[in-house]
This record gives sequence, C-alpha cells and structure tokens, in this order.
Amino acid sequence: MRQRGDTSRRDFLKRCLTGAAVLRASGRMELLAVAEQGPALAKSRVVTARDAMLRGAGTTVDSQRILNLLDRAMQTLFNCDNPIEPWKKLVRPGEVVGLKVNALGGRGLSSNLQLVEAICERLQEARIKPNDIVVWDRDSDELEHAGFHVSTGGNRVQCFGTDRLDYEQEPVTHGSVGSRLSKILTQRCNALINVPVLKDHDGAGVTIALKNMYGVIHNPNKYHPNGCNPYIADLNMLPEIRTRMRLTICDATTASYEGGPGYKPEYSWKNNALIVSQDPVALDYTGWQIIERKRAEKGLKTLEGDGRAPLYIATAADAQHRLGTNDPRRIAVVEV
Amino acid sequence: MARELDTQEGVKVPADGKGESESPAVRRERSSFTCPLDRRSFLKCALASGAALGVCEFAQPLVAMPPWAGPQKQDDSRFTVEAKFYQKLQNKKIKCKLCPRECTVGDRERGYCGVRENRGGTYYTLVHSRVCAAHIDPIEKKPLFHYLPGTLAFSLATAGCNVNCKFCQNWDISQARPEQVPADYAPPKMVAALARQHDCPTIAYTYSEPVVFSEYLMDAADAGHEAGIHSVVVSNGYMQDEALKTAYGKMDAVKIDLKAFTESYYKDVVVGELKPVLDALVTLRKMNKWTEIVYLVVPTLNDSDAEFGGLARWIKTNLGVDVPVHFTQFHPEYLLKNLPITPVPTLERAKAIADAEGLHYVYIGNVPGHPAQNTYCPKCHRMLVERVGFTASRMLIRKGSCPFCHEPVPGVWHA
Repeated sequence: MRQRGDTSRRDFLKRCLTGAAVLRASGRMELLAVAEQGPALAKSRVVTARDAMLRGAGTTVDSQRILNLLDRAMQTLFNCDNPIEPWKKLVRPGEVVGLKVNALGGRGLSSNLQLVEAICERLQEARIKPNDIVVWDRDSDELEHAGFHVSTGGNRVQCFGTDRLDYEQEPVTHGSVGSRLSKILTQRCNALINVPVLKDHDGAGVTIALKNMYGVIHNPNKYHPNGCNPYIADLNMLPEIRTRMRLTICDATTASYEGGPGYKPEYSWKNNALIVSQDPVALDYTGWQIIERKRAEKGLKTLEGDGRAPLYIATAADAQHRLGTNDPRRIAVVEV
Repeated sequence: MARELDTQEGVKVPADGKGESESPAVRRERSSFTCPLDRRSFLKCALASGAALGVCEFAQPLVAMPPWAGPQKQDDSRFTVEAKFYQKLQNKKIKCKLCPRECTVGDRERGYCGVRENRGGTYYTLVHSRVCAAHIDPIEKKPLFHYLPGTLAFSLATAGCNVNCKFCQNWDISQARPEQVPADYAPPKMVAALARQHDCPTIAYTYSEPVVFSEYLMDAADAGHEAGIHSVVVSNGYMQDEALKTAYGKMDAVKIDLKAFTESYYKDVVVGELKPVLDALVTLRKMNKWTEIVYLVVPTLNDSDAEFGGLARWIKTNLGVDVPVHFTQFHPEYLLKNLPITPVPTLERAKAIADAEGLHYVYIGNVPGHPAQNTYCPKCHRMLVERVGFTASRMLIRKGSCPFCHEPVPGVWHA
C-alpha cells in the first residue's frame, strides 16, 4: 500500500501532462486569439471588407473611412460589437507589436499608410504603448519611398527597416531554408501583425501574406527558384515567425493582377478592400482567387496557364507544414 | 558611405588555418619565396606560415579599416555599373546570361546572386569595386600548387554568390547582399597598385564567388596586366560559356571547386548543377588556361569510391592526367554543422583511387603536414616542392622540369 506522498508511475505521468497543459495555457492570456487553428474540421474565417467610397471623390484613401473599414473587418472576424475588443483579444499591454508591412512597391503599391495608422490607433486604444509598436520592413529607404516616416526614438510609434538593426549573426533553418532573421523580429517584437499587399508576382504567382515573410530574412534572393516553392512554406515554419504571428491584415485597397511585384499602374486596380484572417494560407488562397477573377476579367490567362500557379500555398497547407488550409470547403469567406 | 582602402603599411594578420576561409576584415599575410632560402627569406616564410596557421595574434591590418559599428549606408552609385551579360526582355524584364541559372528578373528585383539588380529594364551589377574582404595570402592558400609557388596573391572578394553551398566557409559574405556587409571602394587601378605595393605578383579573385563580380574582375585584371600583375580566380565554374570565355579569358590561372561528381549533390547541397561546371572545365582546357581542381570531401555526402573513381576517370579522359586535383578536408560550417571533419583516411582513399586512375598530381588539402601536400615527380617520384602550411619551403623544379630525371612538370613556374 502506498503512503501519502508516494507517486506511482501513472500518477507521475498524469501530473506531468497536466502541468504541461497548464504551462501551455498560461503562456498566453486566455482571451488571446492564437494563430494556430482549432479543431481539425473547423473552418478558417477570412473576412473581406470593402468600401467603394474609400477614397471619396479623390485618389487618396480617406483616413476615417479606412478606420471604419478596419473596424468592420476586425469586428466581423472576432465577432465583437466594440472596435477595440478584437485588438484586446489579439495583444496585451506590455507586448511589443511589429507591423510587418510591404514597402517594395513604392507609393503606388505598398502597404497603405492610412491603413497602418488606423492599426496603430486601435493598438494604442488596446493599451499598447506607441513606442511598443514597430512598423517595419527590410529597408528604411524603401519605407520612406512608400510614404512612411522613419522614426526610431521618443514616445511614438517606431518605424524603421532591418538596415537599422541588422540581422542575427547565425542562420536558422527549416527544410529548404537557412537564413539570418531580422533582429526587429527576434529582438524587438513579441507579436507580429502581417500587413501585406495583394499582388501578382512574376515568379511565385501571387505575393500576399506568406511571401511577405521574405522581408524578414537576409537572403530572399536565394528562395525565388521554382515559384518560391517550398521555400515560402518552409520559411513560415520557423518558430521565430510562427510563434509571434497573430493576424494578417492584407491591404487590398490597391492591388495588382499582372506585372508584379513592382508597381505598374496599367496592371493595378483600386480594389478598396481589406482581407483579414488568422489563417495566412486561407487568406492567400482567397487573395489568389481575387487576382484570378481580375485576370479573367482582363482577358489574361490563369496563373496556371501562365506557368506560375502559386503552388506554395498548397505546400503551406500540406501535412508537413499545416500552416493553415487551402481547401475552399474549409474556408469561410465573409464579405462585409 | 563606403570607405576607401588605405594603402598604408601595416603588420600581418593571421588567417584561420583553413582553406580559403575569410572574414570581412581586411587582413594581410605576407610571405616570400626564394630558392635556396636565405636567412631573411626563411624568417619571412616562417612568419607567413605561422600567420597562416593562426599563431600570430599580434598582427594588425595592412589595409586600415575602421571598426564596423553595425550596418552603414553605402553609396550604391559608385559601385553600380551596367552588367555585361544579360538580355533585355519585354515589360522591363531582363534575362541574366552570366550563369546557367538564367534568372529572369523583373524591374526593381535582383537575381539569385543578390548582387545584380534590374532598374527600369537595365541590369546592373552592384558590386563593381565594392570589396568586402581583402587579404594578402600565399598563393598556396587558394590552393594553386603549380602556379608561382611561394609567391603572394593580393586576394579580394565582393559580396554574393550564384549558388548556396550548405558547407560554405565564407557564407557571411557569399550569402549576403552587398548592402549587408561593410565594403571598401577599390577601383581596378587601386587594386593593381596595392598588389604591386605589397610585392604580390598576382591578384586573386576569391573567398565569395567571382562569377558574380565578373565585370569588376575583368577590369581589375586589365589594370593588373597593365601594371605587370597577373590575375587568378578561385571559382565554382558555374558560368555560361560566353561569360566564361570573356571573363576568365583574362585570367592567368583558374582554380575550380568541383564540389561533387553527382547531379544530386549539386542539386541538394550546392543548389546548382554539375554539367555546366564540367563543361566549363573542358572550355578552360581548350583555352589553355592553367587550371587546378579542388574537391571538398564531405563525409557521407560525396565520399564514395564510385564518385572518386568517376571523377578521376572523367578528368583523365577530358582534361588529361596533368591537371592537379586537391582533395580537401571539410570542416562543419554554415548549414552543415551536423557532419564531422573529413577523416584523413578518407582523403587518402580518394587520393589512392585518383592515383590508381593515373592522375599525376593528386594532393590532400587542409591537413597541415600531410606528405600529400608536396609535389612529386610522376616519373622518378622524387619530391620537387615541399610545403609547410601554406608555404612552399623547398622548390626544386628547374625550368619547368624535374631536376633529377628531367621530366617536364606542367604549371606556371615563373612570372
């Protein structure tokens, strides 16, 4: 007969498992929305919010209207009545939140400045300190060319490129990828919000959420062969990225359907929409379909017909990666 | 702003004892070779050898370079020159014709190498005169064993590479974009002047991958030849035929890293292709360029008898038995840290197989003190060049022949 305090092997294992579960749960606030997917058969929600009058009578996106559009998208995604509530589910005070924008397309086709300002406003209302928000991409000059004001000090939102902080010295690897990561990601940010642009890409087919992570590494040029497949999926598997990623807010206010990733006005259109999801694979699949519809409307071949179907999206969803789903039956696209 | 190379005199800095390994600091190794050795030469050789073996930590850089305090903005415009090997396509795209990869590059994008950029439909190299590493090395460190033994090479590199070897010792510069590593502005005439100033009869393009800085290499070779300085290149040979003939046609000797003898290794470990490299070796042979081959033996990945035998037979058939082949020892680096150092018996097995196939000059590299670092006469088997570390300590070849049996020994023995 066992004495009090004695532990059988079975009890010990049970306690270990329980402890591990508690530790896992306590690692994040209960209310935090995690990027990982829920039950196997749950659908991934992708919200597309559109405002035909986003630019009013002009060409520039209206700050108030895009804030309203962002609120509509976020409240729909998180089923909230209050515009601040989604953000409180996403981040908590004291965290440093990185907004990984895409500034490669200059002023014509980069993450929209007014959108980024709207995100920063809501984050601050969710009690994230302004200097705990870092708007960043690869290069400070590219950020400035895209209209951002580089800012590295004071009690205000930070904005700068990896050129200001450098990359980690040692490469990290997953599968086919071995890269040095931006110190902005590894040393500054606890949480990451991905703010890509909906774009055509001459190699990968499309560049949306998953491919925007190429801006996190020092050697993206090494990972463009074979339509970036499986490199994009492998890169997004890196724990430094995966554990920080909370949400993707895709800027589809201006998008491109051909000639990407650079800005070519003749192949761009004012789409006046945002696409929001916590499943980057589902979001990329949805964005791909939007681009295909536009290509069809313009009389262009499908991306597959053009020899550049974005196969990396399926790779990201496969059994080796499980970064999300590309199965349309498991994606709930909500248009608001 | 990039810094300019300072030509002031300094003291030598040790290398790390491994093959063409480099760090992005400007360093110097100096040695001299005379035969027979006088006292001064002996001391110089000993110092150079010690430096090569990494025992002289007192040294300071030859070419003064202020400490790098983190990423700095460099003035791209002074390094940006239109590329020579590319084809313009529609919609401002270009197709690079430098290496077999043939990157199709859209406007504002770069090729696989990361050092060439399409700007509005014109392709530019971003690394002309953009030197991220410069050392003075013994020529034996390249390794070139049949080329001016005992002399120095003013050795330089820019950032970038057109492959991505998982074992790369210089990955911090070869796998970087030019703006990610500190660099100096070193136009061709300055390189030639520096080489001459420091008694280097040769400029060596090395460390990263000279294929990707071909335009600079060609201009520097021209400047060097005008000043009486030779040029050699240490390359992967993964290059298109026309570019190879044009750029390496200006070289006085070439060392090719033949990384394996299987396409699968090239695909998985190198991220390249074998066949274009073999083609390049044949082209260099037809061009009568003095060429030596290095084969880095990586345990379990390219160390089978079949590969060694296949390699040796191919060399014998296509290049001849007089091409020097160096089987060198692998050290865990970069993305291949899970494998051990190549056992010396593996290297000796490789050499034995190549010897048995009839190759005349088969060396073992990165194993200091191994007798297979020396050159032996293929006919009478007497030692002709003795090497200690990266230094040729005895040189007995006379007028390109064995002094004992007068068998010709191919190579470039006199400047």
